[in-house]
Amino acid sequence: MQQQILTVVSNRRLCGNIFEMKLDGCAPCKAGQFVNLELEGLFLRRPISVCDWDNGTLTLDYRVVGKGTELMSRMIPGEKIDTLVTLGNGFDSSVECSSAVLVGGGIGLAPLFLLAKELLARGRKVTVVAGFKTGDEVFNEDLFKSVGADFIVATEDGSRGCKGFVTDAIRESGVLCDYIFACGPMPMMKALCAATDAPAQLSLEERMGCGFGICMGCTCKTTLGAKRVCKDGPVFKREEITW
Amino acid sequence: MVDISTRLGNVELTNPVIPASGTFGFGLEMAEIYDLDILGSISIKGTTAEPRFGNPTPRIAECESGLINSVGLQNPGVDAVISEELPALRKVFHKPIIANVSGFSVPEYAHTCSLIDKEDQVAILEVNISCPNVHNGGMAFGTDPKAAAEVTAAVKAVTTKPVFIKLSPNVTDIVSIARACEDAGADGLTLINTLLGMRIDTMRRRPVIANKMGGFSGRAVFPVAVRMVWQVAHACKVPVMGCGGVATASDVIEMMMAGASAVQVGAENLRNPFACKDIIEALPAEMERLGITSLRDIIGIV
Repeated sequence: MQQQILTVVSNRRLCGNIFEMKLDGCAPCKAGQFVNLELEGLFLRRPISVCDWDNGTLTLDYRVVGKGTELMSRMIPGEKIDTLVTLGNGFDSSVECSSAVLVGGGIGLAPLFLLAKELLARGRKVTVVAGFKTGDEVFNEDLFKSVGADFIVATEDGSRGCKGFVTDAIRESGVLCDYIFACGPMPMMKALCAATDAPAQLSLEERMGCGFGICMGCTCKTTLGAKRVCKDGPVFKREEITW
Repeated sequence: MVDISTRLGNVELTNPVIPASGTFGFGLEMAEIYDLDILGSISIKGTTAEPRFGNPTPRIAECESGLINSVGLQNPGVDAVISEELPALRKVFHKPIIANVSGFSVPEYAHTCSLIDKEDQVAILEVNISCPNVHNGGMAFGTDPKAAAEVTAAVKAVTTKPVFIKLSPNVTDIVSIARACEDAGADGLTLINTLLGMRIDTMRRRPVIANKMGGFSGRAVFPVAVRMVWQVAHACKVPVMGCGGVATASDVIEMMMAGASAVQVGAENLRNPFACKDIIEALPAEMERLGITSLRDIIGIV
């Protein structure tokens, strides 16, 4: 963990209530880690997963859901944010696999971008399966495609891509998957693990206090006992999760 | 040169700043980011006889200038604390520590304290009779003078170490509880624990915290803490550790003027992991600004 003062270089709406903020001056982050932002007027910091890190520039894709993300959405280039960086364990992209499927539900797609880059750099085939309620919510499709990942969309209302859930899209597309990385709502990840026996790393979400392992605010039950989502996670292997 | 040292009874501290129990784990995570030996002491995560998972999540709710927590005394149990956590802490912190103990019955408090009594690095036993997040325990002892005295006497009987009782602010008259503990043999008092609070998610029409209620702490509770420390310090002879909403060197001095011999920093650690370090570094300049040469001179001066 490091405390850094980062500078906003851009902040824009991607679609609906999904925004993308880029910040300069950030120490190297790995896929699946998160940062914790101090926002004016709020007591606790706000944890946001790393979407991308490139040469000191941190990209955060976030969904406006409350006061914290609302404040973020109104920030402009040049503003500074006191940030705790490189929090959490992150995805292990060094695992043996030839064809990785990255499954994102809603804003859970965000942390999969840096992961896709890491896996592609290791010569893996990467297929992203992104699930949304409706087609208007789809974001980062071109971004994933630009780095060489396949991108499959599932929407619950069928307005874009496959009609149904990510599990339907995986089945219908017949995509080969020998390793799964996922981030999204628990029901999605549960269905995913029920649909395939492939090894999987899952990124969990929980309301956090500190974000660095001291307050026990975000504890979850695992097969290896009580774990802190912020410090021991947020990424867990599928066999550790107690559904 | 100003003197920032202080003492709690016979325990000498190089400075009055102590991270409060539950906001610093067992120190290991914090040792990754700064040298813990700058601290006056550390009050370790509240320990119970048995391991506890704690309460369901969400356990945390943001509030104006503070937060509500409902962790529910998650800890690995006294055996693991003694065999794993304390030896690990010893490697990164070389000063006397404060062991915070909680329980659900008088014999359980006594049992846990009797085990921790054997730990050399523990200088003070801090007995938490004020946790608002567990049923039939914790705060139940801290809201009744008779029960508070009973726990105090039972713990005193099993240890030769100084015993500080951590008091709840969720009472009508904190002085009567404090006096009951002092009369039962307490060597000191820590106050305040969190204030019982609640938030409601108006969109979902349900409590934010899974356990509905939780303990409110953070900068917002500082005036309540100063008032209670002042009341108790003037009514009791034993030393007081002031706790509640402390975030700056100025807060430390204010708390000591109210009567605290040392000061615990709690919720602020969660938002600023360097809070204790920042406060310790800022203390000398703040003392000079106020014309204070020794912190010991200002304890209970108001």
